[in-house]
Amino acid sequence: MTTRDRPLSPHLQIYRWQWTMALSIMHRMTGVALVGGTLLLVWWLIAAAMGPLAYAQIEAAMAHWLGRLVLFGWTFALFYHLANGIRHLFWDAGWGYELRTGYATAWLVAVVSVGLTLLAWAIGYGIIGG
Amino acid sequence: MGFRTPLARARGLGSAREGAGHWWAQRLTAIALVPLCVWFVAGILGLIGAGHGAALAWIASPLNAVLLVLLLLAVFHHGQLGLQVVIEDYVHTEWCKIALIVAVKFASLVLGLAAVFAVARIALAG
Repeated sequence: MTTRDRPLSPHLQIYRWQWTMALSIMHRMTGVALVGGTLLLVWWLIAAAMGPLAYAQIEAAMAHWLGRLVLFGWTFALFYHLANGIRHLFWDAGWGYELRTGYATAWLVAVVSVGLTLLAWAIGYGIIGG
Repeated sequence: MGFRTPLARARGLGSAREGAGHWWAQRLTAIALVPLCVWFVAGILGLIGAGHGAALAWIASPLNAVLLVLLLLAVFHHGQLGLQVVIEDYVHTEWCKIALIVAVKFASLVLGLAAVFAVARIALAG
């Protein structure tokens, strides 16, 4: 096979950084983070099955500030991946490729994921307080 | 076999020899996870600080138990499909790539089964 001087796609550092690129890589990063988050889900279910002592341990860990920080990150990652995932499904259906639509849905994903994260935590703290 | 052109083999299965199976499974689990994740977050918000008894009662309710198992199956299948793509994109040493993908698939199966078993144990405890 001969190698020819074929045109190469420009390297990533030549591109001007764009908002939609940030969303794209965030989708992958939150996806990987959510796989890590499943460890918490498995821990929670096994602790519940094991008994009150094991359950008290995970409750204490999640009540700690570090635990809350992890949970907050998990909540955001979940809502972000969920919202942007729906955006991906629309693309798969062939809708939303126009430049304007792409930017509009990007903003929608950002607003919805931050909004739902804050809403969930407001509800969570309301329950603790009440 | 000998009469088939390379095009016929490429058609439908592609260079990875797996066709659209991976892509399609990722979409199916994604669609399933949209309502399941919303349901799960709403459910778990009611359990914050509620203690072990409340968690057991919630998990043991038949509807919740079935939805939890569905969530676990979809989550771990979707997660391992996604990690596989990430590994294929960034790990270029062949044996390393294969080893990582196998490890991810095994770990997903073990964790998913352990979680499903925990749900079943709680739900069937009576």
